[in-house]
Amino acid sequence: MTTDKKELAVAALQNGTVIDHIPSEALFRAVRILGIEQLGTAVTIGYNLPSSRLGKKGIIKVADVEFPEDVLNRIAIIAPSAMVNIIRNYEVVEKRAVVLPDVLIGLVKCSNPKCVTNHEPMSTRFNVIDHENVKLRCHYCNHTISGSDAEII
Amino acid sequence: MNSRSFVAIGDLNKQELLDLLERTRYFEEHPNSRLLDSRVVATLFFEPSTRTRLSFETAVNRLGGRVIGFSDASTSSTSKGETLKDTIKMVSNYADIIVMRHFLEGAAQYATEVTEVPIVNAGDGANQHPSQTLLDLYSILKTQGRLDGLTITMVGDLKYGRTVHSLIMAMRHFKPVFNFVSCPELRMPEEYIKLCRREGIEFHEYTEFSQEVIDASDIIYMTRVQRERFSDIMEYERVKNLYTLHNSMLATSKPTVRILHPLPRVNEINIDVDENPKAYYFEQARNGVFARQAILTRALGINPLSK
Repeated sequence: MTTDKKELAVAALQNGTVIDHIPSEALFRAVRILGIEQLGTAVTIGYNLPSSRLGKKGIIKVADVEFPEDVLNRIAIIAPSAMVNIIRNYEVVEKRAVVLPDVLIGLVKCSNPKCVTNHEPMSTRFNVIDHENVKLRCHYCNHTISGSDAEII
Repeated sequence: MNSRSFVAIGDLNKQELLDLLERTRYFEEHPNSRLLDSRVVATLFFEPSTRTRLSFETAVNRLGGRVIGFSDASTSSTSKGETLKDTIKMVSNYADIIVMRHFLEGAAQYATEVTEVPIVNAGDGANQHPSQTLLDLYSILKTQGRLDGLTITMVGDLKYGRTVHSLIMAMRHFKPVFNFVSCPELRMPEEYIKLCRREGIEFHEYTEFSQEVIDASDIIYMTRVQRERFSDIMEYERVKNLYTLHNSMLATSKPTVRILHPLPRVNEINIDVDENPKAYYFEQARNGVFARQAILTRALGINPLSK
C-alpha cells in the first residue's frame, strides 16, 4: 500500500466515486454537471490542490454513488483530463479517463444569441470537431465554441 | 430528417453540385414549363427579403406552380407567439415544399427535423444562403466556361460575409486559387483558412487591393463593407475606400475576368464599372431564377432532363 497522501484520500472512501485531475477553473462547473447539490450523501470537494500535471487541480469525492457513464463523460467537455475512480470496499476497482462523446445533445448552451436553439423550445446539439482541444460546433447555427467556455445546461 | 431539403451548400458533394448546375443551365434554356403543375410551394419569409422572395416566386410561377405564404413575420402567427415548429408543421399540411427565410441562425436545419416536407433555405441570419451560392457558382461557370483551376479574388468584408464563406465551401471541389483582400479587422476567419489548408487549396491574404491581384484574377467577388461591423468608426473611415473597384483599375486585367457582387452594392463598385463588359453583377442576379428552379425541382424529386 502506498503512503502517497492523495492515494490515501481516495482509499479513505469505502464506496463511491472519485473524480480527480479536474483543472481548478473547471471544478465548480463539474460539480454542477454531476448534480451534486441534489445528493444526500457525503461529498468532499478539493479546490486548488497542487498538481504536477495541471498546476492546480480540483477533486470531487462522492460517497455511495456511482454515476452513469454518460453523466461522467459530460465532464470531458470542460475537463478532458479528468480521471474517474470507482471505489468499492476501499479498493479502486475501476480507473479511467472521461471520454468526450462525438455529439452532445441538450448539454451545452449555444453562445450565439441569434441561434435558433436559444429561441425555440428544443434541445441544443453540438458536434465535437476537435476532441483534443475540445472544440464544439453547433449543429444548427455552425458557431464554434471551446469546451472551456461552454455554458453547461 | 427529410433528405431532399436544401439547407447548406456544404451538405452537397461535387456530383450533387454539378447536377444542380446542369439543371440551372437547362432552366436558362427552358425557363417556362409546367413541371410544377398542381404543386403548392409555401414561401415563409419570417424576415423580409424582397429580392430573394421575388426570385423564388418567379421560379415557381415560371414552372406553373402555385405560391402561398407570407413576406413578413408580423403578418403570420409568429407575432402571436407561435413557435417555428408549430408554424412549419401547420404549413406542411398545405404545401408540397417550404421555402423559408428566417432571422434566426439554424432555423432551416431545425425545420427539416420537424417535418417530412422538403425545406429550402432562403437564408437563415448570418449562417447560410445556399441559393445565392448556387447562382454565384453558375455565374462563374457560365462566364468562364469551367470551374476548375480558376483564380478567385474576394474583396471587402471577408469576416462576416456569408456569401464568400459559402463560395469557398462550394469551390473547394474545383481546385481554385483564392486571393483574400481585406483590412485586418475583416479578414477571412481562421476556420476557412484552416479549411483551405486541409483541402490543399492555394490561397493568399492581402490588405492591399493591388493591380497585381486584379490582373491575376478570373473572378473578382466584391462584398459590401458595412459600417456597423466596426467597433472603431475611425477605422471604418480609414478603410472604407480602400476596397472600392473603379473602372480604371480593370484596364490591364484579363479580358475574361468578371466582376461579381451579391448585391445590394453601396460604393464598393463605382458606377463607372457598370458599363464595362467585365461587370457581371446584374446578369448574376438574373441567374438566380434559374438556380432556384433547379433547387425547387431537385427538392421535389422532379428531373427536367428526363422529360
